[in-house]
Amino acid sequence: MEKIKSIEELRKLREHARESLKVRSGETKVKIMVSMGTVGIAAGARDTLMAIISELEKREYHDAQIVERGSLGLDREEPVVAVERDKKTVFYGKVTPEVAREIVAQHVINGQIVSEWVIAKE
Amino acid sequence: MKQKSLIDDLHDIQEEEEKNYLPLNKMIKAAKTTGISEAKVYGVSTFYTMFSVYPRGKHIIRVCRNLSCHLSDAEKIVEKLKEILNVDFGETTKDGEFTLEESSCLGMCSVAPAMTIDDEPFGNLVPENISEILRKIKEDSKK
Amino acid sequence: MKIYRIHALICAGAQCLAAGGNGFEEALKNELKKHNIEEEVCVVETGCMGACQLGPLLVVYPEGIMYTNVEAKDAKEIVEEHFLKGRPIKRLMWKKEGKEEFPGLKDIPFFAKQTKIVLRNCGLINPEDINEYIARNGYKALAKAIVEMKPQDVIDVVKESGLRGRGGAGFPTGLKWSFAANQDSEEKYMICNADEGDPGAYMDRSVLEGDPHSVIEGMMIAGYAIGANRGYIYVRAEYPLAVRRLETAIKQAKQAGLLGKNILGTNFSFDIELRMGAGAFVCGEETALINSIEGKRGEPRKKPPFPAISGLFGKPTIINNVETLANLSVIIDKGAKFFKQFGTEKSPGTKVFALAGKVNISGLVEVPMGTSLRKIVFDIGGGIPEGHTFKGALTGGPSGGVIPMEFIDTPMDYESLPALGTIMGSGGLIIMDETSCMVDVAKFFLKFVVDESCGKCVPCREGTKQMLKILERITSGRGQKEDIDRLEKMGKLIKLTALCALGQTAPNPVLSTIKYFKEEYLAHIIDKKCPAGICQFSALKEGGKKHEAKVTH
Repeated sequence: MEKIKSIEELRKLREHARESLKVRSGETKVKIMVSMGTVGIAAGARDTLMAIISELEKREYHDAQIVERGSLGLDREEPVVAVERDKKTVFYGKVTPEVAREIVAQHVINGQIVSEWVIAKE
Repeated sequence: MKQKSLIDDLHDIQEEEEKNYLPLNKMIKAAKTTGISEAKVYGVSTFYTMFSVYPRGKHIIRVCRNLSCHLSDAEKIVEKLKEILNVDFGETTKDGEFTLEESSCLGMCSVAPAMTIDDEPFGNLVPENISEILRKIKEDSKK
Repeated sequence: MKIYRIHALICAGAQCLAAGGNGFEEALKNELKKHNIEEEVCVVETGCMGACQLGPLLVVYPEGIMYTNVEAKDAKEIVEEHFLKGRPIKRLMWKKEGKEEFPGLKDIPFFAKQTKIVLRNCGLINPEDINEYIARNGYKALAKAIVEMKPQDVIDVVKESGLRGRGGAGFPTGLKWSFAANQDSEEKYMICNADEGDPGAYMDRSVLEGDPHSVIEGMMIAGYAIGANRGYIYVRAEYPLAVRRLETAIKQAKQAGLLGKNILGTNFSFDIELRMGAGAFVCGEETALINSIEGKRGEPRKKPPFPAISGLFGKPTIINNVETLANLSVIIDKGAKFFKQFGTEKSPGTKVFALAGKVNISGLVEVPMGTSLRKIVFDIGGGIPEGHTFKGALTGGPSGGVIPMEFIDTPMDYESLPALGTIMGSGGLIIMDETSCMVDVAKFFLKFVVDESCGKCVPCREGTKQMLKILERITSGRGQKEDIDRLEKMGKLIKLTALCALGQTAPNPVLSTIKYFKEEYLAHIIDKKCPAGICQFSALKEGGKKHEAKVTH
């Protein structure tokens, strides 16, 4: 690693390093829940999950945690993804990898709900 | 830049010896290179319990004799070790594999009774498992 | 930067490893590979998580679920059910009184009722990655000290915080520093005392293994305050894992330019060297420790002169214990006021106790100073195993004494414990129930002192041996009525005349058990009975088998 030469460089390194530890504090701004029941997995939830991770990585967004959940009983709508942000939870249905990328870009990062795929709100 | 102390030197000497001890000629050599008198080197060598001026086994077993271990029947572990190895504290097995020693405290009270063999810690010991642990250590060192 | 959806933290403290932690990690990694999710799960080896008795431990984030007693065979289920389907494995979760699972770490009383300053990073970060320490405000306080503060300002803040040495004596840290700071000397030394030898205490080892940078940062802050450019960490050779983690941490700090010349572009330079002990309890005493670093026999020196005036190589030297040093970056970063909100007026901050013996959950517990023994044993430690009753708690190891049931509400601080005839010591807390014999315990610690006495002064070398002989007599049924008086007389004499703290405190366990459990001594002497059933008197009838104390030096 490179030498840290000033208090400012140390501060930058801290900000950067802090991002990757956010998951361990459990206090992220956004919580993304992916239903991983049998039906969900059959409907392609794994691919959806991978798309979410890669989109977050691409956009270098670390303020989100990804939690897997059991089925919500909405088999027809699987894969189901829920996004909890600003104390509100929004459920999306039939989330393909493409839709997942859109949800990350719009809702997770910018707070804009992607209404086209919403199936419920809490 | 890095200055070693006599104790570091003695650790190095002992580590190189298969029999885990400080041979007389090497102590004399250490005295010469450090400029410390032979008597003082011997004094240091015999002060610390982890140094030995007599040959020991390939592996050093240190059984914790702290109160937490004492309260958790460490005596039974000691008895078992003495029985299997057929030695007392401070003695080495006939095959030269193990030396049995005691430690004042290994700091592993939550998994008492505990021991270390060389650098490896073992906890929650029961007499029945001792021979298996020893067998594995012997086997691993042959590899 | 890579994103992991799961962080799997495996405790790699010595006790979890001793309980079989190694095999689990390998099995987990194999399962991750098999299911092709290695890239999604970040596996981290952390330092001690504290609940050592339930180890090996695994914590899974983001949920914060703790799995206890994990074995290699559990890895498959954890990966397939939890990591792939999001279904936590209930049978491995921490359960309330063995029944209902706690949903997360924050719900478990053992953790929820603790206050973590010293152990803030232990079990949460990878001790071998300096970036994770920096992420948790690491080296922020050092930067503040050397860039924005004068050495005297640092001393003033530490004085104001009321921090007292956690090694046992409780001497005010800031005051100690000012003695060395006032010395006019080109060379001064800062030493970290990591020769944790008190039986039953292992908090220092856990900090060294779990958060080595916090100790390094503390040493640098202290070094800056007193005007030292060189530090030594003196570690027990019995702690090989701590030595390895420290070596890695020092190397990384050097690479990052946080150790070396002109740190963070200032005029402050500091280097640290590791020194290993070789198995001698007395080296925890600071003048004996100095002799040992110089490569000599670890015998104590006469005081004065105190090390702050003339210590290592005859230069002004400050020696602070691991736990003391781990507090420093928090005090400098957040201020004296923040620190003083914890603990009592005369003993601010927290104390880490190593809870062991006859208690449901043993392990490391950090609580505000002044917390009652009852809270530590019953609220946090989950009480005494079913069917047994609390008899006493031993504090301060072989230098301490026992706290009986009638004083269980005593606040644990530097003032209250001596009033009961015991000491805080370094924080070992061994719980005993009715199956423990107090005379046996006193004998146990005295034998320890006889073994560990360096032999330099007569009261400690010979006096403790005589006391041990009397105790051996009593526990084998040959005690005499005058023996209790003799023990008390001799104990008081040794306390007054021994050269160093080892001898001066050696009689404490005997005097304290006589004070609170005299009837147990009398039962041994007069009725020839051991109420706890520990001492065997049968040997007496068969011709009096004598157990002689073994002297190693």
